[in-house]
Formats: sequence, structure tokens, C-alpha cells
Amino acid sequence: MILYDYILSPDCYKVRLLAALTGARITLRPVDFHPGGEHKTAPFLAMNPSGTIPIFEDDGLILTESSAILTYLAAKAGPAWLGDDTPAMRGRVAQWLAFSQRLSASIGKARVHDMLNKPADIQACRRAGTQCLREIEAALVEQRLAGHAFLAGDRPTIADIACFPHSMLAPDGGISVDPYPSIRLWTRSIRALPGFIEMPGIHRLHDLKPEPGPIPERV
Amino acid sequence: MTDTPMLNEWYPVGILTQLTKAGRDTLLMGEAINVACDSLGAPVVSAEDGRTLPVRARYGHVWTSLGSPTKELFDIPEADQPGRRLVDVGVVRVKCSPLRAVENFLDIAHFPFVHTDILGAEPHTEVQRYEVQIREEVDEVWATKVKFYQPQAAKSAAGGITTDYMYRVPAPTVSILYKTCPPRPGEWDVITLFVQPMAEDLCQVWPWMALFDDQTPMTDLIHFQQMIFLQDRSILENQLPRLLPLDPGMEIPTRADMTSVAYRRWLKRHGFTYGAQLVAA
Repeated sequence: MILYDYILSPDCYKVRLLAALTGARITLRPVDFHPGGEHKTAPFLAMNPSGTIPIFEDDGLILTESSAILTYLAAKAGPAWLGDDTPAMRGRVAQWLAFSQRLSASIGKARVHDMLNKPADIQACRRAGTQCLREIEAALVEQRLAGHAFLAGDRPTIADIACFPHSMLAPDGGISVDPYPSIRLWTRSIRALPGFIEMPGIHRLHDLKPEPGPIPERV
Repeated sequence: MTDTPMLNEWYPVGILTQLTKAGRDTLLMGEAINVACDSLGAPVVSAEDGRTLPVRARYGHVWTSLGSPTKELFDIPEADQPGRRLVDVGVVRVKCSPLRAVENFLDIAHFPFVHTDILGAEPHTEVQRYEVQIREEVDEVWATKVKFYQPQAAKSAAGGITTDYMYRVPAPTVSILYKTCPPRPGEWDVITLFVQPMAEDLCQVWPWMALFDDQTPMTDLIHFQQMIFLQDRSILENQLPRLLPLDPGMEIPTRADMTSVAYRRWLKRHGFTYGAQLVAA
């Protein structure tokens, strides 16, 4: 399995993260997205005419949408990440996978505008991104009242992996996440999962690491 | 604009290999400028009022000034050394004071916490004593004999090593870092942070490197440095006060902050106050 990857891309990070959480082995091929614009060159357009990354390749199959890649990778390496095989949970997972496209189109766009100078209607992106975060916050509150810590149920699924990166990276695009306590708790739950890996802007939980050195007798 | 000394300095505003004839609009210290090239590919920088600004093409970037530079652009002799790979890392915009971007680059103590398991790791958090001076003959800030334990000091480093560093500030928004070069002991890798001040609390950072590394693909070198810098970005955007305080107040510098103290003192001595605050904080 090959992932054409960019270290700063949240959509590529989703794939790296799920691979780490499921123990799947993927080969990373770094793409000079910035400043080189390699994803717009002929060899990449031949693989993906829409000129975007990630691009995922396995056994002759090429996938270019992060939600499709997550679905494939989970089916192959960790079917539990697809959620329970019930109509309701299948529906909820698919709902959030589709929703994650709105995050890419709003928060993701605001982020590359503010960070890498890519063109965008920044005010419109921030408005739409804020609306998305409010919807996630509301959904997580409902979930918590039902005793569930994650978006689609009581355990993490690819729905969480699809929506988590942009939710944490929103400040990179000038969108505050301070007003959303449920999002903060949820992102902590994800960062505490065994095998979690970070990306720039999404830090590991230092406070869950073992105390460095001998534990003092008195604190 | 009141900051005359900084107006006369050189600033990076573009990557030489990415210039177009139509040019790109950007900001330099609040003033709109256009960065383009002529039909021969030579850089041309013009201001909004039609003025043509002085330019230099050096270290992979276009340099310009809004004023009348009294000094030539600083020298990096290693840039011309045969065998080095020159890496244009690409621009990153940061909502912070240009001076804070430089100061963060000069700091070692944050490595284990911000660049965990790459440039530092707990429990190896101690910054050993190092030397700092303002070299009067060249009018630059230098920190030498800096040592730090690093799990993965460079893309070319196989495991943890104690890395030697030297830091150099030759201009108010430029920092050059020399560090142990894993494949070529005895030489220094050169990693720079060129900062374009757009406003007092907004800047564009153009990292650039001159490395001895024949193995690592160019894209990997770029991604490694972008990863490091983007780990800093969210920290920089949250620093308070937003402008860099040049006078000591409630902050208590420690021994590890000697480079920062010298940098602030040097800025103040020259009146380099664009992005700084003179009210103690």
C-alpha cells in the first residue's frame, strides 16, 4: 500500500493515523506539494485528474478521496474501525465521512490560505468552518448524554478519524476552537488511543506520558 | 511608519525559481509591493507608488528594501561551498511579530516539548551553558558552543546524537543556524530563517538550507524542515504580548535565554523596533 503523502496535509494525515492505529503497513511517498506543486505535474494528474493529494495505491487500485481511503484501509486492516454492521451505525459513519468534505472545503481551505498563501474567500471559509465546528460540538454533546465518547458510537471509528484533524487544526486558519468543550474532550480521547501519531499542529498528550526520571517522593 | 533603521534593511520577498512576469503582490512592513521578474528572469520589485526597489538575488531568494540600505546583504560563505545541497523550503505565513519568529528560532529549550522525539526528548531537557556575544566588528549576534541531545537531529541522522549548534543574527529578521552535520563530521549544516515582515504582527517565513546530504531526496528535506517549522507556528501565534518586549519586566529570563537577551539588546541598540514593544512586559 502506497500513500502519496504531504506532511502538512490533514487529509494525508488521516490515512497515516489510521494506518498507525490499525498497525497497517503503508509506504509513504512524499510529494513536493509546497513549494514545488508536484501534485499538479503530469505523472500525478495521470493518477489523479483532480490534482489533489492524498493518492492511495494498492494492488492496482487507486483511491484519491480520503474518506474512500479510510474505508478501504479499515476494511483491509481493521474492520472494527468501520463501526458495527447495523444500518444505524453504518449510516452514521457514512454521514460523518461525507461531512468531513465540508471541513476540508472550509477549515482546510482557510488553513492553506493563512499558512501557505493559497487563494480563498477567507471570510466565507471561516464562517462555514465555524458552522461545521458548531455542528460537531452539538453532535458530541448528544453523544455524551447517551454515554458515548465518539461521533458514531461508543468507540472510535473512521468517522472520528475523518473529522478529527481539521477540528484540531482550525486555529491554523484563524478559526478558534476555544468555544467547544466537547470537541476538546473528544480530541483528547482520540489522542489518547494506543498507537496515536501526531502531525504539526496536532500534538500528543504530554501529560499522559510516564513521568520522566525517578518519581519524586513528595510532589 | 516611524522605524527608519529597519526600513533600510534587506528582506526576503520571494523564491528566485518561482518568479513570474506578472509577479506576486505581497506586503513589506505595511507597504504593498509586487515581486516579479523581467524577460531575462532577473527579479524586479516595485512599490505601490511605482518606485522600483533595490533588489538582490541571493540564497535562493529575492531580497529588497523599502529604504536605502547602508550595508550590503550579509554574507553566508558556506552558500558557495561545493557539494552542498541548497534547499528552498517554501514560504509559511505566521500571525506573529517578525522578531518573535526569529527569537523562537534562537531558542533551544523548547525542543523536547515542541519538537518531541525529533529535536529533543524528555528527560534530556537541560540546556548546558553556552557563549553569547554581540560581535562588534561585524555587528552580529552570535551564540556558540551550544550543545543539545537530539533523537533525530536531521533527516540524515540515524539515531540520537548530541548536536553542536552555533546561532548567528546578521540582520534584524534573519537567523542562521550552524549545526553538526551527521554525514560530514567537521563541517556545519546551514539552516536559515529568513523573515519577511508584513506587519508588526504578521510575517512570512522563508526557511532555506545549505546541507551536506547526498542521500535524502529533496522532497524529504523540504518536508522535514516544514514539519519542524509548522510545529513552531501554532506556538508563535499564541505568544503574548504579540509584540516582542525589548525591556525586561515581568519576564524572568533564565540562563538558557542568553541568546534571546542579546538579540533583544541588539535590536534596541539599533532602534530595530518594528514588531517590538518598548513598554516593559
